[in-house]
Amino acid sequence: MFKTYSRVNRIAGNVIVVSAPGAAYGELAHVSTDAGFSLANVIRIDGDQAYLQVFRGSSGISTEARVRFLGRELTVSCSENVIGRVFDGTGRPRDGGPALEEALVPVGGPPVNPVKRVIPSRMIRTGIPMIDMFNSLVESQKISVFTVAGEPSNELIARVALQAEVDAIILGGMGLRYQDYLFFRNAVEAQGALDRTVLFVHTAADPVVEALAVPDVALAVAERFALGGKRVLVLLSDMMNFCDALKEIAIIMEQIPSNRGYPGDLYSQLASRYEKAVDFEGAGSITILSVTTMPGNDLTHPVPDNTGYITEGQYYLYKGRIEPFGSLSRLKQFVNRKTREDHRPLMDAMVQLYAYYQDTLEKKAMGFRLSDWDRKLLRYGRFFEQKLMDLSVDLPLEGALDTGWDILSECFLPEETGLRSSLIQAHWRGDAREAITA
Amino acid sequence: MKTRGAVVGVNGNVITVRFEGPIMQNEVAHVLLERGRLKAEVVRVQGDRADLQVFEDTKGLRQSDPVEFTGELLSVQLGPGLLGQVYDGLQNPLKAISDVHGFFLPRGTAFPALDPERKWEFTPMLNAGDRVRAGSPVGFVSEGVFRHSIFVPFDFSGRGRVLKTSPSGLYTLNQPVCTVENGEGHSQEVALGFRWPIKRPVTCYREKLPVRTPLLTRIRLIDTLFPVARGGTFAIPGPFGAGKTVLQQITSRNALIDIVIIAACGERAGEVVETIREFPKLKDPFTGRFLMERTIIICNTSSMPVAAREASVYTAVTLGEYYRQMGLHVLLLADSTSRWAQAMRERSSRMEEIPGEEAFPAYLESVIAAFYERAGEVRLAQGGTGSLTIGGSVSPAGGSFDEPVTQATLKVVGAFHGLSRDRSEARKYPAIDPLESWTRYPGFIDLSFREAVLRVLRHGHEIEQMMKVVGEEGTPLEDYVIFLKAELLDRVYLQQNAFDAVDAATSEERQRHVFCLLHMILGSVFVFADKDEARQCFDRLRLLFLDYNGAEWQSLEFQEMETRIVERVLEAVQPSDSDMAESFREILRDHDVESSFHRSRFALTGTSVAASGPREEMHVQDLQQGQPDRG
Ligand SMILES: Nc1ncnc2c1ncn2[C@@H]1O[C@H](COP(=O)(O)OP(=O)(O)OP(=O)(O)O)[C@@H](O)[C@H]1O
Ligand SMILES: [Mg+2]
Repeated sequence: MFKTYSRVNRIAGNVIVVSAPGAAYGELAHVSTDAGFSLANVIRIDGDQAYLQVFRGSSGISTEARVRFLGRELTVSCSENVIGRVFDGTGRPRDGGPALEEALVPVGGPPVNPVKRVIPSRMIRTGIPMIDMFNSLVESQKISVFTVAGEPSNELIARVALQAEVDAIILGGMGLRYQDYLFFRNAVEAQGALDRTVLFVHTAADPVVEALAVPDVALAVAERFALGGKRVLVLLSDMMNFCDALKEIAIIMEQIPSNRGYPGDLYSQLASRYEKAVDFEGAGSITILSVTTMPGNDLTHPVPDNTGYITEGQYYLYKGRIEPFGSLSRLKQFVNRKTREDHRPLMDAMVQLYAYYQDTLEKKAMGFRLSDWDRKLLRYGRFFEQKLMDLSVDLPLEGALDTGWDILSECFLPEETGLRSSLIQAHWRGDAREAITA
Repeated sequence: MKTRGAVVGVNGNVITVRFEGPIMQNEVAHVLLERGRLKAEVVRVQGDRADLQVFEDTKGLRQSDPVEFTGELLSVQLGPGLLGQVYDGLQNPLKAISDVHGFFLPRGTAFPALDPERKWEFTPMLNAGDRVRAGSPVGFVSEGVFRHSIFVPFDFSGRGRVLKTSPSGLYTLNQPVCTVENGEGHSQEVALGFRWPIKRPVTCYREKLPVRTPLLTRIRLIDTLFPVARGGTFAIPGPFGAGKTVLQQITSRNALIDIVIIAACGERAGEVVETIREFPKLKDPFTGRFLMERTIIICNTSSMPVAAREASVYTAVTLGEYYRQMGLHVLLLADSTSRWAQAMRERSSRMEEIPGEEAFPAYLESVIAAFYERAGEVRLAQGGTGSLTIGGSVSPAGGSFDEPVTQATLKVVGAFHGLSRDRSEARKYPAIDPLESWTRYPGFIDLSFREAVLRVLRHGHEIEQMMKVVGEEGTPLEDYVIFLKAELLDRVYLQQNAFDAVDAATSEERQRHVFCLLHMILGSVFVFADKDEARQCFDRLRLLFLDYNGAEWQSLEFQEMETRIVERVLEAVQPSDSDMAESFREILRDHDVESSFHRSRFALTGTSVAASGPREEMHVQDLQQGQPDRG
């Protein structure tokens, strides 16, 4: 029943054009190459010409290549057997295990009906004060780590995933360095988390186009799991590589770029993936934590820019720390009023003081005279960075809040903090001095 | 016979169809699949081929798939029952879909927008022989607190008369309640509901009026400095995370208006959920009814079909015009118009049109202008007026306002509330930049006072910039005090805590009152020994004001805080400044800020506040918009 054609009219970049009347938009095909087969899918139909993007790249495809249409779209197995396994970007095993043919589900399914969504309400604890205390991660949130090359972003998301109380972790790796892939695999094994993890890995050595399928495949599995009641955390790293693959295809297809070569539908492409984050009423949830490496630390680059417009906040990882400025969890207000009564006011006061500290740093750099107040701030800033911002700090939320009070009590007079007197009475440290300098 | 055709090309959500027979630009067609029909709209015709944008995922379409044209433009259902609904961009009721299909929105589903079974109590207003035209009310039903007019359909041509009316009683949506006849003797039945093409403005009013009545949002920064007006238009551009959505959410709750239509266009589904879940529980402070009863949500979020984004803003504006026609005041909030513009760009690129700037189509500007033109306050043929106000957020690429969508929007709107990343990073909410924003509309605060206050802000900002270079020690005390004044104004008046029960919404009365007080403080001459003393004084004033803002209007606490503020000011103002001191003392005595304000010399000149400030071009532009009032 599968139709096979063998007339390739055009090969350009990783897109081939085949005379194939009857091909369906989005349909999957097998294309023969000198090195076996590659998957491809139809991205445009023009009369009886079908344009296919070839996942393994067009290198080695002949004008007489056999193109066999499969009569279906890209699917992925969503059975429990995927757990503990490693697959490539299109869902084929890359761990030497058997291919899975059961519970196949098409990727890129329909959107969730907005009226079926619920207001997020559960915090995901990570043990990282800059997240838990200052920008809480919330179940069903979509949030990205904005960072620059060379930062420990994969370490960060792996740590979050392994410390988070979730039922399943699904990694979608795009353009990962092989070392990063090994790092993820080892981290998962070392923590004994293999029994709740699935890895879809596309490495920098794999054909670029294959990165395009990764988020869809990972999210399709996540969606099935969530419908089955699991709380799923999806890690996507690095979305920059995904977007660059989109750009490549768009240019081959001669689409007019909108901004720095990226296609005009970049926003819609990213949104249709990130919006898969959801809390199903009466079932499980999907939380998405991604990495976006910004070229040149440029927030206005189309990829971080469009991402920022889609996600519910971002963690700005810079110089090994999550910066309080530039980071934002837009859902934190749904959870941080239920944690501890001092959480919100303490967070606000500490961030405010940290902003003053930064002003003082500027003043200092300009060589202006520093007041007593400035010197207090300098001390505060140092403590804040050491005891809360440093990524090596691993504290439960309550511990982080207590540390916050320790720092304030050590550095300031109560009235200098701008905190309500009832809170001061409940939490101010009489003998904080030793506690903190120890 | 319906025109038919067949698919010959698929490129994302744009398909090419070969057809035989007549078709119309913007006509609706359906691609007929084994399972379901995909709705599409004709966007270009060339010979025997037409390009159609499909409002659904096009996966699985292939050459030769049959297409059926409907001969109808893309339309919405009008009639009672729209209020409280949550629709997608094509007016499918999302709740009804979820009842049948559960969690997901499968493609090819279409549901009636209004319940055809529901019965409404109709009261006729006309008798046989009465003269009518398009948009004449023939009677009404009650929809919640509103008197919902039943109209002669808007496409009724010319003048006509009533042939017969049905008695009052219960009727369903499509049951005729009246028969009318036009000048050529065509008779037509009028039912409770009818359809209207969304891209065609409703113009069955007598005239468009000049825009001049302020629309109270109860957001101080807007109402006092950059007011919007009934029937006007305003834009809220801002980088991501700057607070556009929150600002619209607050406005949708607190604005003094009859009906709010929220068009969630290509943004996050989660944000709409807040509204959907909370509005049925929140009460409108003015009517005491639940907010949802005066709200319609059109929700085509970012993962829903892209082509329907465009439809969603037109659906929203059409529903707005419909309620305006009943003499109601409607506010349409669209978040974000950039997503709609991007949808046009995606389509244009697939149709291989010659692109303009940043690959947006060349017609971007005229389309945006035509959309905002549908706002306005109108005088209705049956007497009275109605208005439709449109506020759109804009999400500029890279956060820079120097991009096509922002620029095209700024050309046509009457007010500009520009959000700045600096302000939102510093958590100064609402993050509207007072030095960048402008309005063409009059507010309830006199223009000269608005300008005076803006000058203080601008001057304070300049001093602040200067201080960064020369340091605090290099800044003269007088300048430092101006800087502190500007800071105070910003912190306690322009910034507003959206999460505080009282501060979240400030009534017009209260805004006038507090504004007068602040205006007097800004105009007072303070004497300080040094900068430390100055800073301390203003720090204390700030704290007092924050409690004052949190106190219920005219409560004991409110008056107490006001007294303490005035006392604190009196301690610091120049004793020789006796007029001023007397005005403040009057406040202490009578708690009547406004009258003291008007008696004080500042009110008389209205300029002394800025005596030391540089004169700059006015940012508040003159209001002379709208057509001349013929009425
Ligand atoms: N008035 C406000 N008061 C307090 N917090 C606010 C206010 N406005 C915005 N915020 C904070 O900023 C966050 C982002 O605001 P919002 O979602 O309105 O941004 P936006 O401009 O719509 O961004 P995007 O373009 O990405 O949709 C909110 O989640 C909230 O934490
Ligand atoms: Mg928004």
